[in-house]
Amino acid sequence: MQRQKVLVLYLANSALDSPVVAWAVYDGTGATRTMAGDQDEPPFATGVEALKAGWRLFQAAQILPHNRGQEFELSYLKYEFFFEQLVEMDA
Amino acid sequence: MRDLPLLSAEQMASFVARGFLRFDAVVPDEINQQFIDAIGEIAPAVPGQKLRRTYGEILARADIPQVAAGTPLSGTYPQGSAIERLLNLPLVAGAIRSLVGEAPVFDHHFLHVTFPPAYHEGGESVSQHTHQDSTIDPRQAFDLQIMYYPHKVTRPMGGTRFVPGTHLRKVSEVALGRYQNIRGQQHMVCEAGTLLFLHSGIWHGGGVNLSDETRTMFKVRINPSKTQVRQFDLETLKPQTEQRPIFYLKGPLPPSVEQTLMTPEPWFEQDTGRLEFVNRIQLWRYLTDDPTYDADYWLTRLENSPSMA
Repeated sequence: MQRQKVLVLYLANSALDSPVVAWAVYDGTGATRTMAGDQDEPPFATGVEALKAGWRLFQAAQILPHNRGQEFELSYLKYEFFFEQLVEMDA
Repeated sequence: MRDLPLLSAEQMASFVARGFLRFDAVVPDEINQQFIDAIGEIAPAVPGQKLRRTYGEILARADIPQVAAGTPLSGTYPQGSAIERLLNLPLVAGAIRSLVGEAPVFDHHFLHVTFPPAYHEGGESVSQHTHQDSTIDPRQAFDLQIMYYPHKVTRPMGGTRFVPGTHLRKVSEVALGRYQNIRGQQHMVCEAGTLLFLHSGIWHGGGVNLSDETRTMFKVRINPSKTQVRQFDLETLKPQTEQRPIFYLKGPLPPSVEQTLMTPEPWFEQDTGRLEFVNRIQLWRYLTDDPTYDADYWLTRLENSPSMA
């Protein structure tokens, strides 16, 4: 039986080797309970460091053009990368 | 009102750049104790009792008025009550005047109580997802949120978490809840009587309370009703005679409003960090009523259209 652990990294630009500016971890094994504000330092310096630690990238944010007239409007973090680890568990 | 200690240009610039001003232990102990007495004793955890019921009992019993949204702030709290006294402290009244102008209006208030693990029987102690209050707010104008900490808050007690510099992002409440941690986030660990003045757009959330003490914070949201423009201490606003040199610098530049506005936050993305600067300049133009103001040439360059001259 496998369970998924998910790591979400927000990077400083669209390159995977750019610095981590925000992050989240969701643990499908139930072994840990992460939550907002539980860690003030990022688990990895860059996205590539997460790859080196065995996290598998499975989704990256698209680089989208800017809507005319809204070029300076900011909302959500842009450079979102989803990683996973599959963890073997006892049935 | 003339003698109110208004915020300086430097304090205003910091608020424009970072979205908050923090004043540690500025509320006298006597007012803190009066407020804590007004809340009343918080009952110990009752096995089997839902937390919602405990919370409801606290709100119902507390000597804090239920007030209609839109009430003039000056008529919101009974004379002599803890919050009325707090709002009339010169530092507080001066900061409110500086940020939201004359005759501000009460929006709402809330008594935030965060309970220790013993109260969470059958549930779990978790922090609140990071969010922006209210809903998508496209205005240049902003509301002021005052967070009042009547007692000391330790790190195990959690504290309000907030992310400096996020206030100019237009987001939809807790749509950003996925972001568990953001570089530069701060936790309000503070002494009794501390006040946090927040731009209404700032991203924040309540931290999980893992101590054995209940944590209390009182929030008041205040709207401007007249103008927010040029309400701070204008004598501290130095005229801008020329733009600063940019990029090629032989050493650090002296402190200034521009230096404050152009200081990035640790979470800034490399490209949108520049857009944050642009938006800070726009907010400074609004608050100073100076449509030509610029810092480090960001808007001068973008507004230069020779063919239109």
